[in-house]
Amino acid sequence: MISNNPGLSRFLESYGIILVVIVMMAILYATQPATFLSAGNLSNILKQNAYPAMLALGMFVVIITAGIDLSVGSVLGLAIICIAVADKAGTPWPLVLLVGPLVGIASGLVNGLGYTMLKLPHPFIMTLGTLNIARGLTSLISQAPISGLQTEVRYPGQKVFDLGIFTPPAGIPLSFFLVIACAVGLWFFLNRTNMGRHIFAIGGNPQAARVSGIDVDRVLVYVYAICGFFAGLAALLLAGRTDSGFPLAGVGNELDAIAAVIIGGASFFGGRGTVLGVLAGVLIMGLLRNGLNLNNISPFWQQILIGLIIIIAVYIDVLRRRAATRK
Amino acid sequence: MNTAASPLLEAKGVTKYFGAITALRNVNFHVNSGEALGVVGDNGAGKSTLMKILSGLYQPSEGHLIFEGRPVHFSSPRIARNIGIEMVYQDFALAGNLPIYENIYLGREPGIRVGGLTIIDKAKAREMAQAHLDKLKIHVKSVDQPVEELSGGQRQAVAIARATAFDAKVVIMDEPTAALAIKEVGKVLDLIKTLKDHGVAVIMISHRMDDIFYACDRVMALFHGANFADSPLGKTNRNEVIGWIMGTKDHTAQLAHDRVH
Ligand SMILES: Nc1ncnc2c1ncn2[C@@H]1O[C@H](COP(=O)(O)OP(=O)(O)OP(=O)(O)O)[C@@H](O)[C@H]1O
Ligand SMILES: [Mg+2]
Repeated sequence: MISNNPGLSRFLESYGIILVVIVMMAILYATQPATFLSAGNLSNILKQNAYPAMLALGMFVVIITAGIDLSVGSVLGLAIICIAVADKAGTPWPLVLLVGPLVGIASGLVNGLGYTMLKLPHPFIMTLGTLNIARGLTSLISQAPISGLQTEVRYPGQKVFDLGIFTPPAGIPLSFFLVIACAVGLWFFLNRTNMGRHIFAIGGNPQAARVSGIDVDRVLVYVYAICGFFAGLAALLLAGRTDSGFPLAGVGNELDAIAAVIIGGASFFGGRGTVLGVLAGVLIMGLLRNGLNLNNISPFWQQILIGLIIIIAVYIDVLRRRAATRK
Repeated sequence: MNTAASPLLEAKGVTKYFGAITALRNVNFHVNSGEALGVVGDNGAGKSTLMKILSGLYQPSEGHLIFEGRPVHFSSPRIARNIGIEMVYQDFALAGNLPIYENIYLGREPGIRVGGLTIIDKAKAREMAQAHLDKLKIHVKSVDQPVEELSGGQRQAVAIARATAFDAKVVIMDEPTAALAIKEVGKVLDLIKTLKDHGVAVIMISHRMDDIFYACDRVMALFHGANFADSPLGKTNRNEVIGWIMGTKDHTAQLAHDRVH
């Protein structure tokens, strides 16, 4: 029935995910009317999901090319430790703010150049390598958490605007605005610039991109650098929120980022997905965790549920792809 | 045809290895401005490989290319496109996830340059694509349709539109009529004639004698990766060309005739 109505199916493809978010919120509200919609809980959801959102935005760019970046969690760890060490070394705060993104970009360049220059069969290999390397480096730099950062360095991850209507600590976190700004910027880049479209073309058919004169390897290097950049921003937000750099930061987060991107409707086969969907995917994972916490359901169930949702999301993608190729 | 001046595009002594396979052996090739050249040969004869070398997708293992009398080296299709060599690939090489108009302008999007990026003028790209398709008398529901929703013939048309959207000097078509219905075949062949009249060199690979004899001025045959025959169309006939495809040269008219289905 859906397939008989292209308008409806296209609408659902673009905005169905938003419906899922709304339904989830309605269920959470129904089960926990007092707490769920409280300003405190809502601002917590925004604050907690800001750094996963950054990771997911970066991962999205890679997944559009039908690639994967397993290293973002470790890169986040390396970046957060570098931020903390730089901060403790008395570096002026404007420079410390740059440390996270720079470490991220550098790691991304290693991924991109390694993958393209060594002609590895799949980015899985390269980024699995850097997952280990970055984590190892992180522990070499510091095995203990480093806490107590300068106020200005904490600011992006910690600042909350009460806007005169909320009672602190409730409010709209600065990190939320940063995520929105990054999402809008990324949307513009992906949809309005030639390189953004080339990224989609590479995901759709790398051969088509190549014969159209696109330097596919060069674009891929940028793609992994962008992904690293977002991991560095995520590190900055997490450092601010926790007021520390700790060597285990980001462990396993790459999997959450991949899950959010896929739940958000991007295709593992590449070439498909929207920034809005990615944010929705992050929110769905965040709401799920929040809802299960509020209802005192064990975190093990959270894991099981998220696992099921990932499988369902990819299965939907497979169905969609089958429908497309049948034509 | 103007034989005094040097050909527009030439290949000299081109050999191409793929690992242990020799796809082309010491092949010479040329095409002139305003000439429609038919390239024939059996499956695996090396036609596509030769064309991919001319369009910059592959680099020759040995031998070299000459464009407008000057030696050229195409390290990528971009360089070949920049000097005006376009190719319609046998498998179309379109990005199915992108709309028609984006495929047509992929790699050369109109817009304003800011730093290293182009901010795409989508309205202009759509408009240009629509105008170009109209000019080619290609009808699609909308230039916003993703290519994966198109039929084989429509994809073929989009690939041809991409190859002709900019003023190409050489247009290479690898079996452009293979996926088409009769009516569309006529359109493509007429398009080849129009291009030719505008001074474009058109190279068409085809297995269909009707196409070759309708649209081409000259035909060349490859056999097992080597030059086999080359003749103005007026000096040969279908049966002889079919013989070339099968690797036979003399008194083959009868034999070839028997083997035409
Ligand atoms: N990328 C490649 N890697 C390895 N071998 C290749 C490659 N491309 C072509 N070949 C081989 O080179 C030879 C010539 O292939 P080519 O595609 O040029 O033939 P063709 O004349 O276009 O045939 P067809 O009429 O079937 O399209 C074949 O033996 C083919 O297997
Ligand atoms: Mg071929």
